[in-house]
Amino acid sequence: MSHKYMPHSEEDIKIMLEKVGVTSIDDLYSDVPSDVILKKEYDIPSCMSEIELRKHFKELADKNTQLVVFGGQGAYDHYSPSVIPHLLSRSEFYTAYTPYQPEISQGTLQYIFEYQSMITELTGMEATNASMYDGATAAAETMFMMVASSRKKNRVLISGTVSDHVRKVVETYTKFHGVDLTVIPEKDGVTDLDALFNELEKGDVAGAMLPTPNKYGIIEDFTGVADKIHAAKGFFAIYADPSSLAVLKTPAEWGADVACGDGQTLGMPLSFGGPYLGFISCNKGMLRKMPGRVVGATKDIDGKRGFVLTLQAREQHIRREKATSNICSNQSLMALYATIYLSLLGDKGLKEVNKLSCDGAHYLYDKLLATGKFHPVFDKPFLKEFVVKTDLDMKKVNAYLLDNGIMGGVILGDGKVEFAVTEKRTKEEIDKLVNLMLEV
Amino acid sequence: MKNYDKIIFELSQPGRKGYSLPKDNYDTDGLKDIPSDLLREKDAELPEVSELDVVRHYTNLSNKNFGVDTGFYPLGSCTMKYNPKINEELCALPEFTSLHPLQDEESVQGALELYYNLQQMLSELAGLKEFTLNPYAGAHGELTGLMVMKKYHEARGDHKRTKVIVPDSAHGTNPASAMVAGLEVVEVKSKPNGSIDVEDLKPLLDDTVAGIMMTNPNTLGMFETEITEIAKLVHEAGGLLYYDGANLNPLLGKVRPGDMGFDIMHINLHKTFSTPHGGGGPGSGPVGVAEHLVKHLPNPRVVKDEKGKFHITSDNENALGNISAFLGNFGVMMRAYAYILTLGKENIKNVGPLATLNANYIKENLKDDYLLPIEGVCKHEFVFDGLKDKSTEVTTLNVAKRLLDYGFHAPTIYFPLLFHESMMIEPTETESKDTLDQFIEVMHTIAKEAKENPELVKNAPNNTIVRKLDETTAAKNPILTFKALKENEA
Repeated sequence: MSHKYMPHSEEDIKIMLEKVGVTSIDDLYSDVPSDVILKKEYDIPSCMSEIELRKHFKELADKNTQLVVFGGQGAYDHYSPSVIPHLLSRSEFYTAYTPYQPEISQGTLQYIFEYQSMITELTGMEATNASMYDGATAAAETMFMMVASSRKKNRVLISGTVSDHVRKVVETYTKFHGVDLTVIPEKDGVTDLDALFNELEKGDVAGAMLPTPNKYGIIEDFTGVADKIHAAKGFFAIYADPSSLAVLKTPAEWGADVACGDGQTLGMPLSFGGPYLGFISCNKGMLRKMPGRVVGATKDIDGKRGFVLTLQAREQHIRREKATSNICSNQSLMALYATIYLSLLGDKGLKEVNKLSCDGAHYLYDKLLATGKFHPVFDKPFLKEFVVKTDLDMKKVNAYLLDNGIMGGVILGDGKVEFAVTEKRTKEEIDKLVNLMLEV
Repeated sequence: MKNYDKIIFELSQPGRKGYSLPKDNYDTDGLKDIPSDLLREKDAELPEVSELDVVRHYTNLSNKNFGVDTGFYPLGSCTMKYNPKINEELCALPEFTSLHPLQDEESVQGALELYYNLQQMLSELAGLKEFTLNPYAGAHGELTGLMVMKKYHEARGDHKRTKVIVPDSAHGTNPASAMVAGLEVVEVKSKPNGSIDVEDLKPLLDDTVAGIMMTNPNTLGMFETEITEIAKLVHEAGGLLYYDGANLNPLLGKVRPGDMGFDIMHINLHKTFSTPHGGGGPGSGPVGVAEHLVKHLPNPRVVKDEKGKFHITSDNENALGNISAFLGNFGVMMRAYAYILTLGKENIKNVGPLATLNANYIKENLKDDYLLPIEGVCKHEFVFDGLKDKSTEVTTLNVAKRLLDYGFHAPTIYFPLLFHESMMIEPTETESKDTLDQFIEVMHTIAKEAKENPELVKNAPNNTIVRKLDETTAAKNPILTFKALKENEA
């Protein structure tokens, strides 16, 4: 029975069985009805040695292609400092569980506290939870949070300019939970504010969610939105890219009550879609309706500073079906990722990241228009992602780019294509992208 | 560094930096094109620290943590098994970590093959037809599974079925997930041994029941011996059976949930399949279903065509919808896949039996000092109702904290709610007899201390980095950011 992950010798097993008072390991399952006992060998591959396993992964890896990425849509190829994976591989961090025993989990608890502090700085709100699964599920839980905070209202609004990947999850969650969801149409690439205000006038809206930047990369103008939502006694949520908040007007500055979004942009590897993290920040008034774990500062009996999980009375292990959410974990290690990233970059570094991305995106935008093959769609300000229109067969173009090691723009239909540029892209790569597209 | 007590913000010095970025050689100034009233007014106050500051700070924080690599972690229901190092190496391969989730299928065939293979392996291990790997965690899997359940009834026009039966001994996430899925929770009482009382269950099974959520073995570590009878009754009543995979570990090699009659289940890859818990996440909670439910699994799905090519489909109309932005926590799946291949069919069958042997060995060694409310063979875990000798007034919390002094993680405490002093111990199969013997010895020592020097145990922990923390004030006056902490200390 010996295997490198199972240290039992035959002698150990013999002594242990004796102590337990049975003669064989099978006896430990004598209470299981015989008709459900597995009587065959699993139909899965044979065991692999480390050498074989490495080879197998190499074979799989060779079937993937690493590309120069110009796609976005909620996942961005930002730069990830070398320090981060080194620190994340401290096994005291990654082999620990949720910090149930605070006295021996101060490492985890403190970095979550630091994470909360940093995200709160970026959003400008008053508090942040310990992180959620991803931006999409954080958005869905934010909707529930607004409904719970408003008590009697059961309808929420979401702008049609929130990323489709996020909106689809919000639709699923609200449909099953029994919350009415209305999608506010878009107009010229931004939220149709007249349509939003009309919905608010109906008086039954618990909250509304708008994005910054939106799914086309556009930075929307929310002037007057907070007042209108608050006048209708609703809550204002902003779905934000946290990286962009070093330069863009914050949810707090827009007058939002709650902010949420995806932390992938804080230097996290693309990892084929996960793990990333979701965040929720809010003002103190909504704190006790916020889902997820929260870490607070406190003192021990000697007066020494320490950290604990707090506000647990909201959570499932105490409240069961009356909890604010079913979530009972956080993306802790990804929160550590974001914390180290933000420590290294600081406000200045994050601003530089935004400037480089923004300049690159504008360079590409101008270059595309200059070819005469691409045309503007929306005349609106953007940061690192934008949409253009073209008559080119983009499927063909993207296939050609792929042959040349490039992930081109994401095809949106109707001849629209979306490009994203991060600080990792160089002028030369952008030039190459445009030249290759013209070759098709 | 001894007694290191800084918060990263306290290391900040204006002008320090911990990054390097390329020079901006574009002639454009994109930010100038953005109207100033769309820009941030006040700067974010983030730390300004050097790279070495950051490295030392987080290394020092890691020293304040206890993980599976530090020592024995018998946290019940959490399956804190060893996290293999080769898995960490493989999941960091840039050919995987650099993949954009919307890259052309042609360029991610290796990732999709791994994803597909893992779906197939889990289906075989669970005895179910198909899996989705999209859910991010166990609780997320529960929610997804209950959505499948609800969707199934609705698709058949059976709109009355709004109730889900949950045992009173269930994990707290079960009723909470049902609530989020918009189902009404009906609690069924358990017998003293934690098993579902079939006689209590029968009257609950009417045409408003969507299904039942169970874990087997239950939260007391006891096998639900009447499971086939329960499955028959629930199915006859038109309901579905949901299996909470939190307790799957002891069944590996012995019993498959599908063979017990379960229609839907989730698996915690971070429990049974050895992926690191990461201080609370990221996890992964794949959901498996029986054949008649496959069409309701969430979008997107990874499928294989007859030519052996892999595809991502996202247009299944019968699907319950989307529950994740992309395809789930792919990085976690890579580790689980490596783990299954390392064990293979020859070794994976020993996981459950050895986990069960370890649990029973501890139980039998400690039941003279600790109160064992339920006699008999347990599975991967068991529950003590505190110390046997109640006269010392030493509580389960005290024992748990005293264990920290001795360099062990504490068991899960005060769960399940069936007993006042619950202490739930799960050793997993990766622990050796030697480690278990050391733990047993310490537990005996604590029981002795409770009699001879109860104050020592009641004041524990005594030698941890911080001692008893004031959780009451923390909840009453929440200090959740560095700024708030500074204001509070001023």
